[in-house]
Amino acid sequence: MFRTPMNRRTLLSAGAAGAGALLAMGTSSHFVPARAAGLAPTPSMRGGSNNYRPGAPIVERIGNGGFWMTGSVRRAGDGAPLEGIRIQIWAHTTEGYERDPESHGATLTGADGTFRLEMPQIVPAFGQPHGHLAYDGDAYETVFLRPVMPSPRDTSLNADFVLQPV
Amino acid sequence: MGSKIRGILIWGALVIAIVAPITIAATSDYLAYRSGIYIAAGFAGIVAMALILIQPLLAAGYLPGLAMLRGRRLHHWVGASLVIAILAHVGGLWLTSPPDVIDALTFTSPTPFSDFGVLAMWGLFAAAALAGFRKTLRIRPAVFRFAHTALAVFVVVTGSAHALLIEGTMGTTSKIALCALALAATVKAIADLRSWALLTRRRRRA
Repeated sequence: MFRTPMNRRTLLSAGAAGAGALLAMGTSSHFVPARAAGLAPTPSMRGGSNNYRPGAPIVERIGNGGFWMTGSVRRAGDGAPLEGIRIQIWAHTTEGYERDPESHGATLTGADGTFRLEMPQIVPAFGQPHGHLAYDGDAYETVFLRPVMPSPRDTSLNADFVLQPV
Repeated sequence: MGSKIRGILIWGALVIAIVAPITIAATSDYLAYRSGIYIAAGFAGIVAMALILIQPLLAAGYLPGLAMLRGRRLHHWVGASLVIAILAHVGGLWLTSPPDVIDALTFTSPTPFSDFGVLAMWGLFAAAALAGFRKTLRIRPAVFRFAHTALAVFVVVTGSAHALLIEGTMGTTSKIALCALALAATVKAIADLRSWALLTRRRRRA
């Protein structure tokens, strides 16, 4: 074992291979298959529930706004848009930490199943500019999402839910 | 080139390589939205990366005025500081957002750089422990050198991957430069010190 002496080339190529694998890992996202045996439910994302505070109040906007969190909520199987679904949103923003109660707020989906809530600009925290969203109710399985912004300069972020009836 | 000029150039380059990323991070817009503890935790990480660049330079006696013996002694202290910097880094992040750090430590984080950071941390602790217990455990010099160097390479590679994948306060260019220099210094030190001597000697005996 370990017969190959370490040199710049082996080390660099190992590093490059590692970096390639990383990129592949980093860009994988949760694609939901369109309609195989009906619309599949969205799985919770790793770390999605971090710093969650259950029962965030429904608000007009979080803090002073300037950034838009948007998305949609549909039912697993038939894909029907779900109205009146309470989505909770939080993030590390220009106005506060994920943990701060003021960073949390909730909104309801409209008749078309979409929602949008204005909130302060999300800034990178713990290495990525990301937001958190939760559906945590009685009618459907709980889902926690943690979408990442392609650029920290983006002024909106989208996250779509497909909920599994309980 | 005179040795004095060479010394000034080497030290100057090292100071720039370390001060530039710290200065750039210190002027980051993101700092305005972070508490003192979070900022300190971030800078502890940057300082750790800088110390990782210094370590091979000291181990191989590349720094003018710090030839082998003095360099080695300093290498011990910088190693201890590196452990403290990492403890401050992880501790500060823990205070800032416990669940994110728990995810990282248990390798369940959504971000690959967290895994690399934790791997680098354990590699560093192992390298430091090996150095600390070297005499007590009576580890043979060749074995120590090989194991300590292997762990050091692991720390440099995983630590660099951790730093490079993070979107944080560090400037991209200075961050890449710091990691590349740390990797280059490590590779050169290993080549010059023939840290794999243990393996080649065994092979000859066999």
